[in-house]
Amino acid sequence: MESKETIAAISTGMTNSGISIVRISGDEAFLVIDKIYRGKATLSGAMSHTIHYGFIVDMGDTIDEVLVSIMRAPRTFTGEDTVEINCHGGMFVTQKILATVIKNGARLAQPGEFTKRAFLNGKMDLTQAESVMDVIQSQNEYALHSSIGQLKGNLKRKIEGMREMILYHTAYIETALDDPEHVDMENYGKELLPVIEKISEDVRRLIESADAGRLMKEGINTVILGKPNVGKSSLLNALSGYDRAIVTNIEGTTRDVLEEQVRVGGIVLNLMDTAGIRETSDEIEKIGVDRALKYAEDADLILYVVDASRSLDENDEKILDYIYDRKFVILLNKSDLNVQITQEILQNRIKEKYEENFIINISAKNGTGIEEFVEMLKKICFRGELRLNEEVYITNLRQKEALQRAREALGKVEESIGMGMPEDFYSIDMMDAYEALGTITGETVGEDLINEIFSKFCMGK
Amino acid sequence: MKYSANSVWENRDCYDVAVVGAGHAGCEAALATARMGFKTILFTVSVDGIALMPCNPNIGGSSKGHLVREIDALGGEMGKVIDRTFIQSKMLNRSKGPAVHSLRAQADKADYSRTMRQVLQNQERLDIRQMEVTDILTEELKTTNDEKTTIVEKKYAAKRVIGVRTYSGATYRCKAVILCTGTYLKARCIYGEVSMQTGPNGLQAANYLSDSLKSIGIEMYRFKTGTPARIDKNSIDFSKMEEQKGDKRIVPFSFATNPDDVQIEQESCWLTYTNETTHDIIRKNLDRSPLFSGMIEGTGPRYCPSIEDKVVKFADKNRHQVFIEPEGRETTEMYVGGMSSSLPEDVQYAMYRSVPGLEHAKIVRNAYAIEYDCIDARQLKSTLEFKNVEGLFSGGQFNGSSGYEEAAAQGLVAGINAARKLQGKEGIVIDRSQGYIGVLIDDLVTKESHEPYRMMTSRAEYRLLLRQDNADLRLTKIGYDVGLIDKERYQKLLKKEQMIFDEIERVNRTNIGTSEEVQRLLENHGSTPLVSGIKLAELIRRPELSYECLESIDKERPELPFDVVEQVNINIKYEGYIKRQERQVEQFKKLENKKIPEDLDYEKIKSLRIEAKQKLNAMRPISIGQASRISGVSPADISVLLVYLGGERLN
Repeated sequence: MESKETIAAISTGMTNSGISIVRISGDEAFLVIDKIYRGKATLSGAMSHTIHYGFIVDMGDTIDEVLVSIMRAPRTFTGEDTVEINCHGGMFVTQKILATVIKNGARLAQPGEFTKRAFLNGKMDLTQAESVMDVIQSQNEYALHSSIGQLKGNLKRKIEGMREMILYHTAYIETALDDPEHVDMENYGKELLPVIEKISEDVRRLIESADAGRLMKEGINTVILGKPNVGKSSLLNALSGYDRAIVTNIEGTTRDVLEEQVRVGGIVLNLMDTAGIRETSDEIEKIGVDRALKYAEDADLILYVVDASRSLDENDEKILDYIYDRKFVILLNKSDLNVQITQEILQNRIKEKYEENFIINISAKNGTGIEEFVEMLKKICFRGELRLNEEVYITNLRQKEALQRAREALGKVEESIGMGMPEDFYSIDMMDAYEALGTITGETVGEDLINEIFSKFCMGK
Repeated sequence: MKYSANSVWENRDCYDVAVVGAGHAGCEAALATARMGFKTILFTVSVDGIALMPCNPNIGGSSKGHLVREIDALGGEMGKVIDRTFIQSKMLNRSKGPAVHSLRAQADKADYSRTMRQVLQNQERLDIRQMEVTDILTEELKTTNDEKTTIVEKKYAAKRVIGVRTYSGATYRCKAVILCTGTYLKARCIYGEVSMQTGPNGLQAANYLSDSLKSIGIEMYRFKTGTPARIDKNSIDFSKMEEQKGDKRIVPFSFATNPDDVQIEQESCWLTYTNETTHDIIRKNLDRSPLFSGMIEGTGPRYCPSIEDKVVKFADKNRHQVFIEPEGRETTEMYVGGMSSSLPEDVQYAMYRSVPGLEHAKIVRNAYAIEYDCIDARQLKSTLEFKNVEGLFSGGQFNGSSGYEEAAAQGLVAGINAARKLQGKEGIVIDRSQGYIGVLIDDLVTKESHEPYRMMTSRAEYRLLLRQDNADLRLTKIGYDVGLIDKERYQKLLKKEQMIFDEIERVNRTNIGTSEEVQRLLENHGSTPLVSGIKLAELIRRPELSYECLESIDKERPELPFDVVEQVNINIKYEGYIKRQERQVEQFKKLENKKIPEDLDYEKIKSLRIEAKQKLNAMRPISIGQASRISGVSPADISVLLVYLGGERLN
């Protein structure tokens, strides 16, 4: 939506690099930076197009040493007042700075929003604008896809549970208001308060969990697939040893998927080592295989490991079919041994779809080919082919923002109950909370409330 | 058989506007066009059926009361007529916030109809004609240069209305037609296996107009609704029921009615309950209900379920409320609220007689379900003019709504806009932040609906601002601008506005010290004593206090009328909430004010998703705001539209 709100986002890539930039644009850009920047001068008073050295501070804590560029409208990319914070490139620090910026009055930018503003402020021509529209549309689909992908399981269930509760109670209030002679609502506030407090507490916990570790853990969800004994675990070891930077080491929820976070060439990979894929009648192994495929389904990137010393068989065919539509890299392992499969053979197998070569010879045991793989990884990431992960990240911060909005709204409900306001005041804020939580699961309000009223409560007449 | 060829003739009385149907929508529409200076003819199948209330004997209620007040503020008639003909009145939700206070009055049905008929009959430039309209006459709009005419333009307003033809073969030429046919189109009343081709109350149905409408490209739906039986008062044992009295101090609907004139002696309503015996009777006979046997195809409203629906859907409830309401002072008929049904006659007797107090009930009129043709209102613009037929307007139940108040509101807006069209002026669109009427019409013309639409306060996003107490402040200006509110009333309003403004200013300025008198007053109201001086406004905001109860310590207080005091109190007390909604409205207005050109070809915007293109091309929203409320149009589509329209502007 177009509005004069001040927006912010990380405008450099979503991977660790030397420098990252957080961009703020809008009428209140200087107001925001003044609140969090400590340096020689107050930036809102500074000359346009100047750079300033200082620190970003959040509630007394210094987050990072930065250089801040000040640019006044209209001579900026967006045509609005713009501030760019150049900080140290770690994802954690960059995200912390962005979070601070948002806490102090900016709103997280939508995909393509800086560009959109640039266009609306006459900084671009129609051809460029058309590409912007395409980006908005495609990124929207990405975001939707990734937020849904991410929300399988616990988080989604949790949020849906909270929404159900909110909707039910709102519908009750609304039914009573609509039909006061049929539905009684004496002292409803007393009954409602513990419910709202509980939901509010749950939301607070979710926000906290997002703060504590979630952002740290962000990375490219990468699943290693392959037949048994092709060297998947060796690859995991080779990669994790590459710059000796294992951040976490989490046992998979299943005994056969091992998760490790590694950092290679500045890119964070959430590596998942899976059970070897093959037709099997062994029940337990079968479960492992199914799990592996399920993880692959949710992955951003698949590393398909092939044993170059053995010919392709029906299990390989199955995997190739499986990864055909996905973003993948094929690693031809044991390329130092007696080679049965060459890059050419594999290339022929997949060439209808992929003109480019995504196949690399490696030896996980000796560590050869790993560098080449890292280069390819960078290429994929920096060319933006792997945008999915960026979107996952954005939706995460967006989720947090939505949670905060929900919490605020719930707080207002508590306040209204505490002040002894009539019930009709509660439902307005309850629906705000409902809507905020809905943006996380990708659902809009629409006719939900009306439907709930009719389906759960008996109306008169 | 309709007219034969040699009975066709043309009436040359030169009408500007023809209104089809004289129910609550038709009455308001016809009064509006006539009052705005246009010669109007109002067609009805029965003059005795003018302003009939074929279902519940009351006007107003939650959110509907808001509508009546808004109709009144715009210069409509409903509020004034009910003020003269009500027999009981209640302000609902009085213990809740001011946004959900809602006025509801029991009407003397016959008196209401008669009074409204008199208003119509005495209205200059308005003629009443008892006759069924069977055809809408149109002419093709000439398309300009073929090369330039895109498909979109052809689809859009391809015809213009030029008159109507009646069952008798008479043609009436006119420049605008307003359809307010209610539940009469191809109406069918049903209970059990009995089915009659009549409108409500056994009145003649209109069986031809639907086909004429279809032939000019209008899509029809079939909806269903129902009504309970009427029972003879003399057969009811009221001692087994709880009496429901009206309010002690009655508040009138119309802002123009003097409150002292409505303090009348009131009739009572009565409350009783169904029980397991009732439910057993119903359950045993479900297979004989036309709803369950499939005899009724139309879609019924969920908010107004029949008693059989309630018993099936809420099987765990062992009783349902039943309100016995008088239909008037001069009739013994009583309305059985809460027990509408389409079960067979014998089952109706058994079921009603199982209710305490109704053991010996004598049915005067059976309960029945009614099916009728209506339109998908998404074929209308926000002005209630058909998108594809210029000069053709519609309002009321015909548009897929339900309720007298909803009908009257649309009839009024359709009337105003038909007249504006003939004046060569832009139509009036009340937006969602201005009134319930705006919410009602926007929902009807924007959202897909599968049941008759009823107003509810939860449908209004900005309901803290859209209160029944401030409908005059919100809408009188519009009524004055279109010519339905006279200068005197408008000036009175401006004066009221000024008084409210001044008093709020004063209250915000006034300091209250910690005198003994103040502390004692606070104590008496269970309020914490002051530690230091405080603004009067702050004290008013305390839940246990109000503007009125602080009178004795507010030394400078001027003498103000009650309605001004009420506004001051509400605006100060709920200031925080009101300000918050006002900010939301600002955001809303931004998108609402971004108009979309009428001839925009969505096919040309390649980044829109196909579904969005189709929906937008079909609906042709007037603004980005309206576009965003169309189901199937995503936020990303809206962003694309914004960018596209921004680009258009630049070029």
